[in-house]
Amino acid sequence: MTADINFLKKKANDIRIDIIREIHAAGSGHPGGSLSAADIITYLYFAEMNVDPADPEKQDRDRFVLSKGHAAPALYAALAEKGFFPKETLMTLRKLGSILQGHPDKKKVPGIDMSTGSLGQGISAAVGMALAAKTDGSTSRVYAVLGDGELQEGIVWEAAMAAAHYRLDNLTAFIDWNGLQIDGKNEDVMTVAPVGEKFLAFGWNVQMIDGHDFEQIAQAVENAKKITGRPQMIVAKTVKGKGVSFMENEAGWHGKAPSDEQAKQAVEELGGEW
Amino acid sequence: MADKISTREAYGNALVKLGAENPDIVVFDADLSKSTKTAGFKEAYPDRFFNAGIAEANMMGMAAGMAFSGKTVFASTFAMFAAGRAYEIIRNSIGYPHANVKICATHSGVTVGEDGASHQCIEDLALMSVIPGMTVVHPADGPSTEKLLRQVAAFDGPAYVRLGRLSVPVIYNDDSDIVLGKANTLRDGTDHTVIACGLMVNEALIAAEALANDGISVRVIDMHTIKPFDEDAVVRAASETKSIITAEEHSVIGGLGAMTASVTARRCPCRVSMVGIQDRFGQSGKPEELKKEYNITAADIVKAVKEADEAVR
Repeated sequence: MTADINFLKKKANDIRIDIIREIHAAGSGHPGGSLSAADIITYLYFAEMNVDPADPEKQDRDRFVLSKGHAAPALYAALAEKGFFPKETLMTLRKLGSILQGHPDKKKVPGIDMSTGSLGQGISAAVGMALAAKTDGSTSRVYAVLGDGELQEGIVWEAAMAAAHYRLDNLTAFIDWNGLQIDGKNEDVMTVAPVGEKFLAFGWNVQMIDGHDFEQIAQAVENAKKITGRPQMIVAKTVKGKGVSFMENEAGWHGKAPSDEQAKQAVEELGGEW
Repeated sequence: MADKISTREAYGNALVKLGAENPDIVVFDADLSKSTKTAGFKEAYPDRFFNAGIAEANMMGMAAGMAFSGKTVFASTFAMFAAGRAYEIIRNSIGYPHANVKICATHSGVTVGEDGASHQCIEDLALMSVIPGMTVVHPADGPSTEKLLRQVAAFDGPAYVRLGRLSVPVIYNDDSDIVLGKANTLRDGTDHTVIACGLMVNEALIAAEALANDGISVRVIDMHTIKPFDEDAVVRAASETKSIITAEEHSVIGGLGAMTASVTARRCPCRVSMVGIQDRFGQSGKPEELKKEYNITAADIVKAVKEADEAVR
């Protein structure tokens, strides 16, 4: 691991503050799943991936696909923090003419490798990217983040089958397992568990971690790089709305913007200034 | 050159040539490589051929991912499972980000034959044309398939190429000038114009010959590119001949007929009659029986032209 834990914690916290500010400014968006995925995305952009804001399309870069595209505010915040575009742009989220669409648009935003939003499709494209890297003998690695509710989409399992069939050990996917989706708990809406066992049965290597613990994220990513012949699944237990007391574990914060007062409280809880 | 060849076979042959010329071309199929004729490419370039299994949605997603890693991707299956089953993946992962994926779908229309309605896609031109930025091509014969395919392979962006199962007569030769987006006038005429695509182009030529014997002069246009649509060819037909008859092996809703009528309505009001599938599903049968049952034969074009001739006289 190249970055220290305190640095990553600080970055993740800044990204969480950005998420709240973006969604508040937009007046709509998905805070719950953006906050739950924030640490994973922070780790990938600030400790792991070979990407260059000065050359977003460079050939052998690592790829990132946000298969749960509704967590776009987290990705946008990470890209802005990384320097792919000015931070002020974050305040244009979801506004007419903005590069920051409600869900990621690769044609508009430097640093975004795949347009996503329709669930299940991102992991499928990520498998294609990993397959292309294998075909070319490239060292490029492909990372993807999926939601747990997203696993209900059939295409995820088609992609899972293909990734194992083609032995894509250059593909590492995370499940942001916060347990909640729009209509409630996964197990009440449509049971996806046991997630680890399912991917294991599909031929993946599976690790189970705490998705908010940077040491565990780092260890899992390092392990993933050492294992050959199999795609890598990191099932990351997370808290929906992580870091904002009144949003944590509340399905109602899946797709709703905070009021002025709530945004102020959230930013202050995260140690920011309103 | 053979007198008859299916457009899928011409596609398979062209793909092998293109593969030799461009090492960035990769091909996906969904367990139908012998039927879609991508098997030839698979044999020639096994390292650049990927079977997605019977999983068309994921095939389209993977194709998009590959395209964004610098490949020119061809993805093939039957029209039903490409335009139909995988529609939303094509729309969101290929169309929206403008991926360099060429969806080459075979077994379109009712002439799939005995397999019946579940396998007879009569909606794909409509489904694909409505996606912004999607190029849609429906060749009439073998030589034009190869010529159009080369042009489709040469640009960076998504395309849908509609191919057929049946062997169809060769209309063009190797010297024919075929330009993507430009309709071809195959026979000039002064009374009416038949605008056709796919295997209906040959039916239109047969019909025009029969009508000439009856003293009706018919222009025949091959509208091989459905999108971008050659509107000027329609406008010329509307102003230079008395009416337009469209002919397609596709639903008249959202297909060649509907697109032609949208041009005449906007730019050059003119009688348009439509030979095509009249809002029905297909069914099992021999291809030639089905063409008769669904009124998509040369005789049906003759009938439509004569009706138009009466109506505008």
